[in-house]
Amino acid sequence: MSNFFSKAEVTSSGRPVFLHNEVECHLLSGVDLEPEDHHHFTPLKSGILILTTHRLLWLHSSSATTPTSASAIPLAAISHIFSSRKSLKSVFHSPRIRFQVLVSPDGRVFDPGSGSGSSSGSGSRSVVVTAVIRGKGDSDGFLVKFWDSWRARAWESNETSGSGSGSGLASGSEAVTGTGGGLYSRDGSLRMVGVAGILRKEQQMWESTDKSLQDAFQDLNALMGKAKEMVMLAEKMRQKLLSGTSSQTSGANDEDMGSKEEMQDWLLSVGIISPVTKESAGALYHQQLSRQLADFVRTPLERAGGMINLIDAYCLFNRARGTELISPDDMLQACSLWEKFDVPVMLRKFDSGVMVIQNKSHSDDEVFARIKSLAAKPEALRNGVSPTDAAMSLGIAPAMAKEHLLTAESKGLLCRDISPDGFRFYINLFPEIDPLNIYFVKDYGICSTWIKAVSTSGFQNHAVIPL
Amino acid sequence: MFGIEVIILISSLRFRLEAENFSPISIYCEGSTCREMQKLGDFKLPHFFNYPPYFTLQPVRETREKQVQLWKELILDYCRTQKIFVIKLEEEFPLFSNSVIERTLSHEAREAFLSALAAEGRAEWLDKGHRSCLILWHRIQEWADIIVNFVKDNGFEDSVMTVEEIRFGIESRRTELHGIDRTILMRALKLLEQKGKLAIFKGTSTDDEGIKFSV
Repeated sequence: MSNFFSKAEVTSSGRPVFLHNEVECHLLSGVDLEPEDHHHFTPLKSGILILTTHRLLWLHSSSATTPTSASAIPLAAISHIFSSRKSLKSVFHSPRIRFQVLVSPDGRVFDPGSGSGSSSGSGSRSVVVTAVIRGKGDSDGFLVKFWDSWRARAWESNETSGSGSGSGLASGSEAVTGTGGGLYSRDGSLRMVGVAGILRKEQQMWESTDKSLQDAFQDLNALMGKAKEMVMLAEKMRQKLLSGTSSQTSGANDEDMGSKEEMQDWLLSVGIISPVTKESAGALYHQQLSRQLADFVRTPLERAGGMINLIDAYCLFNRARGTELISPDDMLQACSLWEKFDVPVMLRKFDSGVMVIQNKSHSDDEVFARIKSLAAKPEALRNGVSPTDAAMSLGIAPAMAKEHLLTAESKGLLCRDISPDGFRFYINLFPEIDPLNIYFVKDYGICSTWIKAVSTSGFQNHAVIPL
Repeated sequence: MFGIEVIILISSLRFRLEAENFSPISIYCEGSTCREMQKLGDFKLPHFFNYPPYFTLQPVRETREKQVQLWKELILDYCRTQKIFVIKLEEEFPLFSNSVIERTLSHEAREAFLSALAAEGRAEWLDKGHRSCLILWHRIQEWADIIVNFVKDNGFEDSVMTVEEIRFGIESRRTELHGIDRTILMRALKLLEQKGKLAIFKGTSTDDEGIKFSV
């Protein structure tokens, strides 16, 4: 069965990995894929069918296990989509979508991307595949979007744009080396020669960018189409910023640097091209959202040191989605669903009520060991550890640091000290003190370390006499 | 550096003559050798008296239990050596503050520790509002035994004494009875009266209650 379809990669949370520029359009659950003829492939039962701009993906769905791979049919390999026949039978049956797939001579789906497929010529044979929709999804809507995606041929524009930019560069370099005289090249367009040429080229690019921006903002629908271009533009700007700051040899003024970094951060948060929406996923909204969230939250988690406040994650996620924002309830539900899936992140609630997202691999004991060693340093023995100190040394947010300190306290590692100076934690000396012998101090215990650390601070601790 | 210390010590001595009994003194040495802990009067404080969390009521159960235990010991020891019988919560009590680390026990903490002592029978609240606490570093029964020993040692088996004589008389000077709190003494005497070891009778004034021993 796996030999027929192309292989599609899947992330660790069970979401398909999309190609460059690929956008998800619709999602149906409970779908069987059947060939007209059983010797091509064994039927795939009860999976999730995802339509994108480039491919048709089928994932084996069971909410308990996370799918590790998916089967794909490139839309380029589809030669015909049959319109749905409304007959008396179709009222009682599950809806069916039939389409014709080109097949290469070795029995696999014709894959226009791979070299071997195209070299043997376009597939002469074709197989009719039926998608039986047993789930509750909107099959008519799916069919309409299927037609649209197939006709839009998004994968071709990808190739042409790729090759187009390549050939543009080539012709540019040719022009610079000079293949002949004259301002105008053979086909009559303005030739890009010398400094003037470079300036003119810059000017052209700027004008086209400007026009593109204008078009985009005039019409919201056009904006959605232009959205891809906008993200590409943002990427280009980010690249420019990065190269700009690194090549700066003379000291740039701080304000400039600050705003550039701001710009950079803002651009980084624009990440997801295809948000999972209620429309495209229907009844599986929360499931797919949950998986997408698990994927997204990985980078912020690393940056924040393994633990991030739920509220922060919510803001970041919505920001990246741009439009199609999710409500806090959706977020909470998506996070609670993680228990049922096999994803590498989990939701955790502290005693104080604070909720965080953390890696499953995150170990509390490791954090406690770090806190313990921090509290045993001479500076901490004298003055204690405040949440800010801990945040700086552990590399996490102060609110998270306070939670960790409180948890360490409840485990008996630390003691609190409340004073007008604030809330501080000291390493716990009480276990070592013997109530029947309170003047005795063990030679190598933590008490003697503490005494030594406190006494070397010398004079400033004493209030010798109130004068 | 040494000269400054001498000046400070001298001026402190002068000041001390006028100051109250319990100014904290610290004896310190040069270099990194441990200094001696400070004293309250002539009472030697343990090293953890300078540990800031000791003065904050700990929320975690195990830690709290240890903290309470240490405070109970300390309070009893201090009261025994300083002959303190009553602690009033709203007044300043030198044991409950540490000026070196600038910490003071909160009212809640003081009440918690004294209540723990009361639960053990080593203290008694004198009022419902928990403002005043009687410290029994000897239990009433122990005081009763001390009185009996005192009577036997001095041959007072069949004689009569006033309460004040027991508290401040010449004979009691070398015993723990000297300067005992009147309330505690009366309780111990009443306990002994119930056992038939003595009889209490009123004198001409309330100050002059008499005890007839029949030990």
